[in-house]
Amino acid sequence: MSVLTRKFGDVVAVDGVTLTIGEGEIFGLIGPNGAGKSTLIKMLTTLLPPTSGHATVGGSDLVAAPRKVRRHIGYVPQLLSADGALTGYENLLLSARLYGLPRRERTPRIEQALATMGLTEASGHLVGRYSGGMIRRLEIAQSMLHHPAVLFMDEPTVGLDPAARETVWDHVIELRRTFRTTMMVTTHYMEEAEELCDRIALIAHGRIVAVGSPVELKAAVGPNATLDDVFTRLVDADPGTGAERGYADVRRARRAARQHG
Amino acid sequence: MRTSDALAGRPASMAEPSVGRLLASYLGQVFAVASAEVQKLRHDPMELLTRAVQPVLWLLLFGEVMTRVRGIASDDVSYLDFLSAGILAQSVLFVAIFYGISAIWERDLGVLQRYLVSPAPRSALVLGKAVSAAVRGLSQAVIVYLLALVIRVDVDLSPLHLVGVVAVIALGSALFSTLSLIIACIVKTRERFMGIGQVLTMPIFFASNAIYPLSLMPDWLRVVSRANPLTYEVDALRALMLSGGTAVFGLALDFAVLLVVTAILTAIAARMYARMAY
Repeated sequence: MSVLTRKFGDVVAVDGVTLTIGEGEIFGLIGPNGAGKSTLIKMLTTLLPPTSGHATVGGSDLVAAPRKVRRHIGYVPQLLSADGALTGYENLLLSARLYGLPRRERTPRIEQALATMGLTEASGHLVGRYSGGMIRRLEIAQSMLHHPAVLFMDEPTVGLDPAARETVWDHVIELRRTFRTTMMVTTHYMEEAEELCDRIALIAHGRIVAVGSPVELKAAVGPNATLDDVFTRLVDADPGTGAERGYADVRRARRAARQHG
Repeated sequence: MRTSDALAGRPASMAEPSVGRLLASYLGQVFAVASAEVQKLRHDPMELLTRAVQPVLWLLLFGEVMTRVRGIASDDVSYLDFLSAGILAQSVLFVAIFYGISAIWERDLGVLQRYLVSPAPRSALVLGKAVSAAVRGLSQAVIVYLLALVIRVDVDLSPLHLVGVVAVIALGSALFSTLSLIIACIVKTRERFMGIGQVLTMPIFFASNAIYPLSLMPDWLRVVSRANPLTYEVDALRALMLSGGTAVFGLALDFAVLLVVTAILTAIAARMYARMAY
């Protein structure tokens, strides 16, 4: 990825971010609310065109060939993207058809995805009656059905209880082992980021403040430092966080939390 | 390109896919969206039933009374016959014009984002929604037809005419639901959408030939209704639904107007739909 910038009017949400993420890597994005994590992911998933800059995702250019990029990526948004008025199976069928999977491959892939995610029994029930953890697993299954090269997940575990969070992560790690999928994940849970990500970027005010493996990041701050220390130290050095988009952000996060909870 | 190419990060195959395969995959994506919407209707058909109350009231109350008044010169057919085609168009309009709110709902939830990160062309997504609106419109038509038979409207049940009615209703639903989607893309909140939806339905309905013929209108209103797509939808329905009904403008013009307007609206909606994720 080369320099990416996105402005909303005068507000610069993402300010000249440059990153390179290796194949098969789990890459974490952490940072305070309104730091630009979701905006960055929206640009990388072609939902939002960058104000300036370019990036290569899954071998194709975001700006020049967004449809090619879309074939090679999966996206689990922060919000609720599985349709509650459909069954789990129907949600997967919708994804399979949107990605143009050949008819004879559809059923085996859907059944395999349901089995991998532990949703086979619930596949005939309306998603509106699923628990938060089941919905997340279904959404990940939907995003992985076409075996993307890169999977983007925006706060996949927000609003889940610890047990459900752990199950979601077990499945994510299993997927990476099976498909060698590159993953980019945003999270607010530091212990999660530390345990599961190969590398982490800390974002504040639309800029990358620090990037490296959890061990490297902690070592840079001091001996015995935790990732929480890294977060507070580097973000506090940068005052006035996220005031502009506060209300909308909070509303969205709470709504998402309610729906998953 | 086959999705299996994406699996191992292999480069896309060099050969350009044929036009036939492109079209097949495009239609497959339209079908994906439409069939998901139909599945939702199957899970919860309540909405369609409640929607049917309004046309029933129009025909039974307004229609029966106005037929006795004989206040409206309705060309060659009885007023109840004349009205039934108009009410059919109206009930289809009302279902379609509020359809865009589901796009706002999907945006607030996050379902929309799933559609937009898929490789499906935006126009295929918009057309898929239009097709599902057509299914909703046709369910209204079934109810209006049943009622029309009960109150002895002189309905033409020949297969050719029925096929024609299905086509007109599908087009009319697609047209107004896509218009509705465009409005949803502009206003982006449910509250504003409901307001605008209410403001739009009345003029579209009353500035058309749905409940009175063009010949009764003052000149200025006649000009307005000739610019109103609903007028052409009603005109075609009168010719196809009623025994001995005729199209004032001719069926060819009616279909042409509906097709062209739908195509233009779809092109606009496809561009705006992509911006819903911002």
